[in-house]
Amino acid sequence: MERALYDYLLRRGDDSLILSQRLSEWCGHAPTIEVDLSLANLGLDLLGQATLFLDYAASMNADVHNADALAFHRDAAEFRNCLLVEQPNGDFAQTIVRQFLYSTWQKMLFDRLAFSKDPTVAAIAAKAVKEISYHADLSADWMIRLGGGTDESNRRLKAGVEWMWRLVPELLVADEIDNELITKDIAPDPASFETDFMTKIAEVFAEAGLDVSPLPRNFASGRRGYHSEHLGHLLCTMQYLPRAYPDAQW
Amino acid sequence: MYTTELQKNPRILPVSTEAAEQTVAFEARVAGDEYIEPKDWMPEAYRKTLVRQISQHAHSEIVGMLPESNWLTRAPSLRRKAILFAKVQDEGGHGLYLYAAAETLGTSRAEMIDALHDGRAKYSTIFNYPTMNWADIGAIGWLVDGAAIMNQVPLQRTSYGPYARAMVRICKEESFHQRQGFDIMLHMAKGTAEQKAMAQDALNRWWWPSLMMFGPPDDNSPNSAQSMRWRIKRETNDEIRQKFIDATVPQAALLGLTLPDPDLKWNDAKGGHDFGAIDWEEFNAVVRGEGPCALERISARRTAWDDGAWVRDAADSYAAKQSSKKAA
Ligand SMILES: [Fe+2]
Ligand SMILES: [Fe+2]
Ligand SMILES: [Fe+2]
Repeated sequence: MERALYDYLLRRGDDSLILSQRLSEWCGHAPTIEVDLSLANLGLDLLGQATLFLDYAASMNADVHNADALAFHRDAAEFRNCLLVEQPNGDFAQTIVRQFLYSTWQKMLFDRLAFSKDPTVAAIAAKAVKEISYHADLSADWMIRLGGGTDESNRRLKAGVEWMWRLVPELLVADEIDNELITKDIAPDPASFETDFMTKIAEVFAEAGLDVSPLPRNFASGRRGYHSEHLGHLLCTMQYLPRAYPDAQW
Repeated sequence: MYTTELQKNPRILPVSTEAAEQTVAFEARVAGDEYIEPKDWMPEAYRKTLVRQISQHAHSEIVGMLPESNWLTRAPSLRRKAILFAKVQDEGGHGLYLYAAAETLGTSRAEMIDALHDGRAKYSTIFNYPTMNWADIGAIGWLVDGAAIMNQVPLQRTSYGPYARAMVRICKEESFHQRQGFDIMLHMAKGTAEQKAMAQDALNRWWWPSLMMFGPPDDNSPNSAQSMRWRIKRETNDEIRQKFIDATVPQAALLGLTLPDPDLKWNDAKGGHDFGAIDWEEFNAVVRGEGPCALERISARRTAWDDGAWVRDAADSYAAKQSSKKAA
């Protein structure tokens, strides 16, 4: 098994899976029916991406039967998602900030990943990029609307940014796994779109009436399995049935 | 999801001669199976009955998301999660079409939602029961969506055009809902002993409330006659209930599960199943708002609405600022 590619697939699959799980927590409880439906659209797209990446990963690992085995039978330390996506929903502003930062980054990553030398990765990314474009636009629109809406929405948006901002630097780090795949033209270098990413953020923040703070020192290393306290609770909920009834087929 | 009429008809007021002539013409159109459209004249009582029924139906779709989303975060496989996510999202979409259909009768969505939140409007009794294990999600799809199909298929020919057209769109999705529910039940019923026990338990709890979804028996359904005459309703509560039972009995046999009714048996003479007495006292209590999850459901809806107020205000305020910028 190609260890680097396997880990990279987990990173991509886990990001989408965990963010989808967070979005599913909104289902039935959003501020309007229209918002409920759009968050479900995002959650469903992400769940589809997760399934494709994790299935591909499972196919590389003889010990792992399928995507479900990866989603439901790994513990927190084995998850490879970034800390941004596992953050609690908070209020709608916090959810939107998380979505905007992640989707904007994911869009730029997948634009490049669609040209991966690995044909399966390229195909998954090419399919996903259209979905992610919509996620990035929708969340940017909400950033601007909340920023320019009322004093309260502006205040809540700022609080959402304050919560999420410390987790942006993790997105921009390339480690030895990335570097190996960058050399093989399987994955892009996040540094190659860092400027574009920061420019896009600055643009939307400006329209939303937000200041862009300097990026803080990175403390997060979800890619190596070091997570926030939130992930364990998310997994308790998500994995409950397959863990409680390991022999069952659903 | 369909909701049968749960509130009493408003008293029908005496009408002027002009209105009397319009009423005769209206009744003739309805009797001739013409669709009534939003701009057409219609009796006030017809309008009120429709607003009540369509908004109850819309509320049922929205409240009905809650017992299912209770298990969305715990769906046991990626495939089941995706199917349930899409299903619950569909129900939200149904709510939207139905609020839009009701709005064509001159009542705003905000007014209807207020009526739900302050207890003036009802929603289907079925959603006041808890979802306790994963098989409940199967039972809801199989039985509750199955019952909804039975109710809604005739409503595709209901006399009010926007309602009938909303039903056509909704019915297309309901059969997928029913099939995914049955498929969950099949996996549970053919699964481990624990899964089979969950499936039987879910069926035991959902069977009778599902039969109550069709509303009170015909001899105790005061609104039915008028609604039938106006072709708002096209089949009686008891007729649809019987159809549902007859369709469901062989499905339960296929699953190898037992319907929790010792009196259930085929009656050759009537060409349908006889079944045990429905506990209408329980139904009435649930209609009064005393169902086991009534407080949870309405408080979840109110909380979502109240917590979302600042978002709706922000969107309105932003839109207003944009349009005044354009005007300037
Ligand atoms: Fe495998
Ligand atoms: Fe529905
Ligand atoms: Fe449905």
